[in-house]
Amino acid sequence: MEEQWVEQVVYQRPKSLSKVPTHYCPGCTHGLIHKLIGEVIDELGIRERTIAVAPVGCSVLLYNYFELDGAEAAHGRAPAMATGLKRVQPDKIVFTYQGDGDLASIGMAEIVWAATRGENITVFFINNAIYGMTGGQMAPTSLPGQVTRSSPMGRDVEMTGMPIRMAEMLAELPGASYVVRRSVHDIRTIKESKKAIRTAFRVQMAGAGFSLVEFLSSCPTNWGLTPYQSLDWIKQNMVPYYPLGDYKVADIVKDLK
Amino acid sequence: MQEEMIFSGFGGQGALFAGMVLAYAGMDSGKNVTWIPSYGPEMRGGTAHTTVIISDEEIGSPIVQRPSAALVLNNPSMEKYEPLVKEGGVLVYNSSLISITPRRTDIRYVPVPASDVANELGNVKMANMVALGALVTATGVLSLEAVIQALRDHLPESKHEMLEPNVQALRRGAELAEPVVA
Amino acid sequence: MAPVDPLQGKELLKGNVAIAEAAIRAGLQAYFGYPITPQTELLEHMSLRMPQLGRTFLQAESEVAAINMVYGAACAGVRVMTSSSGPGISLMQEGLSYIACSEVPVVIVDIMRGGPGLGNIQPTQADYNQLTKSAGHGDFHSIVLAPSSVQEAIDFTVLAFDLAEKYRTIVFVAGDGMIGQMMEPARLPPMQKVRTTRPDWALTGAKGREKNIITSLYLGGEVLESVNQRLQAKINRIRAEEVRYEEMLTDDADILVVAFGTTGRIAKTAIREARRQGVRVGLLRPITLFPFPFAPLDELSKRVKAILVVEMSAGQMVEDVRLGVWGRVPVHFYGRTGGVVPLPGEILDQILALAGRLDEPPSGELREFVGMSVSVS
Ligand SMILES: Cc1ncc(C[n+]2csc(CCOP(=O)(O)OP(=O)(O)O)c2C)c(N)n1
Repeated sequence: MEEQWVEQVVYQRPKSLSKVPTHYCPGCTHGLIHKLIGEVIDELGIRERTIAVAPVGCSVLLYNYFELDGAEAAHGRAPAMATGLKRVQPDKIVFTYQGDGDLASIGMAEIVWAATRGENITVFFINNAIYGMTGGQMAPTSLPGQVTRSSPMGRDVEMTGMPIRMAEMLAELPGASYVVRRSVHDIRTIKESKKAIRTAFRVQMAGAGFSLVEFLSSCPTNWGLTPYQSLDWIKQNMVPYYPLGDYKVADIVKDLK
Repeated sequence: MQEEMIFSGFGGQGALFAGMVLAYAGMDSGKNVTWIPSYGPEMRGGTAHTTVIISDEEIGSPIVQRPSAALVLNNPSMEKYEPLVKEGGVLVYNSSLISITPRRTDIRYVPVPASDVANELGNVKMANMVALGALVTATGVLSLEAVIQALRDHLPESKHEMLEPNVQALRRGAELAEPVVA
Repeated sequence: MAPVDPLQGKELLKGNVAIAEAAIRAGLQAYFGYPITPQTELLEHMSLRMPQLGRTFLQAESEVAAINMVYGAACAGVRVMTSSSGPGISLMQEGLSYIACSEVPVVIVDIMRGGPGLGNIQPTQADYNQLTKSAGHGDFHSIVLAPSSVQEAIDFTVLAFDLAEKYRTIVFVAGDGMIGQMMEPARLPPMQKVRTTRPDWALTGAKGREKNIITSLYLGGEVLESVNQRLQAKINRIRAEEVRYEEMLTDDADILVVAFGTTGRIAKTAIREARRQGVRVGLLRPITLFPFPFAPLDELSKRVKAILVVEMSAGQMVEDVRLGVWGRVPVHFYGRTGGVVPLPGEILDQILALAGRLDEPPSGELREFVGMSVSVS
């Protein structure tokens, strides 16, 4: 039998992502997580009813990279803004995308209350253990001893307390339905991240309440590491303190499957 | 005397540092100086520039529309600042990387193969110092020795193994500019 | 004979770092803040130096938290400060209002950036109204000092602590991105000893004395009115005693430029050039934005033929200038917004255009120029 060569599309840019270059530093995993979210929105067919709320942080320009309706919130206030957007139009899919400074420091009050209310929104929480946008100061999630621009002798937990484990903490709130932690430091974790994004959106689509996926993410520029070393740094240093896993999967979510 | 200078290049080429060395030298020589960086959200890669003014009098505006001299290390900087240099001013440019041919007849051009020379001296990162040496000679804003002394006095201790190569780079740059001055 | 120091003790200092170090040398005991461009180097300097000196540095989770930490430390009677830029100052307004009413001394540095909203990180002066008139709810004014060089940024920071304690008030040091980011030779003050005593009103524990209460809650109308009267009396004392400004070449001036901070020094370059071209022009540079230098403006407005106000805003201080000249002379405005810094040439053009029209009989009316970059029409 004669061999036949058929051209086959193996990869395409998701329709939910805009065809523009991003401003992220080389090796930063913000872009990768954007891509995963874009792919899932495509697969779920919800692009036309999804609204993105951007934070203040490196991903402040998020709405430029998604082909979705988008809004820009004040620093830390994205969950409040998303609440307003969602309450007046419950048929839309609303997600926020927030860094650790945005969500776990300045916006702690807003995120805790959004989860407490069981707000039917989805939150993507990018934990890179640093303040990226302002040039590398200590984040609420910086590890003990981690040297940053504002903890030049290393994070002193005697003075600043221990880094906050947001997924564990928010899972405690009765209003939260789906709270998990994932990473993006290798193929396996990336694949699992994508699955979690999908579940989180499906929770919202089913009206099942507050969903949040925390991602351990890299910041080569401010960590002072190469992109490859950064991925290893996540694995060696972040994962032990921030274990990956499902922290809250409410019964209503289990029933979705 | 008031010399108003722009230093510009890719982030990482050391344009800001070159400006700072000159500012220190100006201060140490008892002059008034200002040094202002362009500061932007890009952490890396973009064009970085600084404005340095060295003057015998009190400096009013720390920013200038028409610099009396410019030091440019890459094509985008050349494009931006070539038209802005004052009539009769000086433009020092890194001819190793800049492919644009000069367009004006009313300013003095000082082409310096700064990156190549720096490479010869062992580190391409010293292109900024080669160009600075040329700028100092071409403008006469300060003596070369004052600039070398400023580098010796203000280069952080941790970088001292780079001191002599950088002094060499300054001197080579100065030599390269001499024919233009003569 | 001691060797002559050509630098006279000067160092090449970046504005933000200079302010931080000046505050430390003025005996700062605690700093709370939250990172924001273009003042972040200030916080970073504090993060290194304060712990080294055994003093308090804490990066707050937000400006909302930072200002309330500052409030608490001020109630304990220590020298305390924070620093930020427009978006953060906006967040602090609630706390500032409480502090103003409680009359605890606090120093706040605002390195202004482009707005409104998230805006950008380039220099502006568009927080003028916020700082001088509306830094929170209720009736109060803070002292506002506007440096135009790194040396002034240092000197005014030290002065700010003294004024804050003298009047038990908020003092702002109002710079802009240019002042924060610029390097200039400047001289730092000597290191003062940190004070070990506390004022008698401070909350230090009611040991051997009656309890101290610091509050801004006064439920009765008459009680709160009397508190307000006390606050207003204090503000009037500040108006009478703390006005600061610089005049340049005003003796024979036909045209008076009024500009502060970075714009003030840029205007100097334009004024010198205009003088070379034969135009009689001078400068009034307010150093205290509150209290505003109404008295010198009043005097000058009797002598000059026209006034040009230049700001990095759509026109905020110009309202005070109009108020202060009683309609005697036309007040023109030139402003740039969004972080665009006016160049000396632009200001020169405005001065020259104005000079060409001075022969026109004064209309006696206030001239309104709406929008930015619009003026001598
Ligand atoms: C009220 C206010 N305070 C401070 C800032 C300055 N600021 C911008 S982004 C940021 C922190 C960003 O860190 P993170 O949320 O971890 O996101 P990343 O940049 O690392 O992705 C800060 C402090 C601001 N914009 N608004």
